[in-house]
Amino acid sequence: MRDILRTVRRRLTHDDPSTDGGTITEQRPSPGATQRVRDRLGDRFGSDFVESLPFWLPTFLLMGLFVYGAIIWNLLISLTDYQGFVQPDYTNLDLEMYAQAFTDSSVVSASVNTFLLLIAFTLATLAVGLGLAILVDRHIRFENTFRTIYLLPMSLSFVVTAQFWLWMYNFNNGVVNILLGVVGLGPVDWLGNQSVVLWAVVFALMWQFSGYAMVVYLAGLRAIPTEHYEAAKVDGASTLKMYWRVIVPQLKGSTISASVVLMVFALKAFDFLYSLVSGYRPPAGSDILATKMVREAYSNLNWAYGSAIAIMLFAMALSIIGPYLVYQFRRGNL
Amino acid sequence: MADAEEDASALSSVDLSRVALYGALLAVMAAILTPIEAGLVTSFKTSPGGVSSTLPFAPPTPEFFTLSKWSAALNALGRGMVNSALYAIPATVISAFLGSLAAYGLTQAQWKPRYKAPLLALVVAGIFIPYQAVLVPLSRFWAVYAPLDEWLSFLWALGINDDYVGILELLITHVAYGVPICTVLFRSYYKNMSIEMVESARLDGASLRRVYRRIILPLSTPMFAVVLIYQFTQIWNDLLFALVLVSTESSPAAPVTLILAGLGQSQEGVDFPLRMAGAFIAALPTLAVYVMFGEEFAEGVAS
Repeated sequence: MRDILRTVRRRLTHDDPSTDGGTITEQRPSPGATQRVRDRLGDRFGSDFVESLPFWLPTFLLMGLFVYGAIIWNLLISLTDYQGFVQPDYTNLDLEMYAQAFTDSSVVSASVNTFLLLIAFTLATLAVGLGLAILVDRHIRFENTFRTIYLLPMSLSFVVTAQFWLWMYNFNNGVVNILLGVVGLGPVDWLGNQSVVLWAVVFALMWQFSGYAMVVYLAGLRAIPTEHYEAAKVDGASTLKMYWRVIVPQLKGSTISASVVLMVFALKAFDFLYSLVSGYRPPAGSDILATKMVREAYSNLNWAYGSAIAIMLFAMALSIIGPYLVYQFRRGNL
Repeated sequence: MADAEEDASALSSVDLSRVALYGALLAVMAAILTPIEAGLVTSFKTSPGGVSSTLPFAPPTPEFFTLSKWSAALNALGRGMVNSALYAIPATVISAFLGSLAAYGLTQAQWKPRYKAPLLALVVAGIFIPYQAVLVPLSRFWAVYAPLDEWLSFLWALGINDDYVGILELLITHVAYGVPICTVLFRSYYKNMSIEMVESARLDGASLRRVYRRIILPLSTPMFAVVLIYQFTQIWNDLLFALVLVSTESSPAAPVTLILAGLGQSQEGVDFPLRMAGAFIAALPTLAVYVMFGEEFAEGVAS
């Protein structure tokens, strides 16, 4: 360690004007107006503030423009009547689009579907992921192989997995109906029946992301000291009880971070639904706000209406992320 | 005697639970692999004959075997593979590098945490934004306020198809929406890094820039692997931005996901073998990356 420090120090103090000529002039005190401003900023924000600006400012400018600027702009567009090929008129702002959205039955049912998808998908994926993590954590052989295969679907695009599941759910020749036929059930028109299609989508998404939940839980399980397992064993708790009473409560952090990420994936399920049908209109009964928004804006050219739906979706996301950020802040992670 | 019997029963119950454990693990593995396996065998079948007269997860019999779907899919998607690579690779590298710089400025540089926290909250929130909330402004921005196709007219004069402006727009867009996650990934790495070296270098009068180049950057290699793999997978797999910025799959600049989303769709129904072959071709780069760097990918998604 000391040796490394010494070499690093030597490399740093070694003057090399060809690669780093700028620092010498920068370090020299120049009692000008800029220096005074720098000192004031340094007092206010901390010694490295001005010097660190070039590092983080580009990222914040990009984010300020494309993320936060765009959201504010989107809010503004949602207050106009912008549609079709004309230019938006920013002088006449009202909440008409929101009033229209709240009375539009297709927006209401899309909101309900979004909510159902979000909750069902997150809970199911967390449960399966936790189960898998517990199985994988039991000192098994070929652990890496199992883990790699369980996580594999997550490396695939929604566009790709939609193709696989379109075939799995095929009415006549799909694997799902053939397997159900073996035990005397079905066939079910998974993507055509309005009352089952959403659950079919939830199952496909769960297939794709349970490996992710497993990886997060596995990291959480590995962080629990082995004494906790042993103490529970000594107390005579059964394995099931031990996990339920001792281990699962300690996985709260993993559960929170995994569910936030999963919910956000569920809000992005647009790619999957679009690819299932190669179009803007997903199978009846599985329309969510994400698909409704893109359809209104890019297919029907109701830009302002689409923006209003997008703001509703954003509010939904914010109600998940907001508490998460507060939680992280309280734990000192920000 | 009784002891030996007890031992034997304990042993067999242990064995039984191990057998059940491996049984469960294998069953889950089968469930995970079935859609992929069914897709793979189907891609080698003729349609409609092959798909309707063989089981979906059984390999094709010789009479229904064909490679024509793969060559057709390759024909349709080849252009898209090149287009996707044209923006996915630079966007991955640029966003990873920007993220590393920003994370460094927000962790190792000494300024007041009170002011860092709100900035970090903005970065973390930036990861979780549903992209629908920025879509309409984004397409307005590229169409009206930053008309790249007008600015780059000298390129189109050279004979490059002006649809390729979509690739450039996708590149910049993916960088902008990729930097938050890159920053957060690098931040978690830099936060846990020992600060001894950096502090002593700073005391010796090294500038932040010098510390970054001589200490931080060389030590970041493992994290760069994680971030590059994660970002590449995300950008390659995206459909939404491609759909909004390039819009039609017939465009010469269409990315592979956009072409795949509409492949094999006709009046007679869906050509499943063609779609499956297309799905595998489109997934090939991310699958290759995953097989080679599975560990890094797992690390990227876990944090």
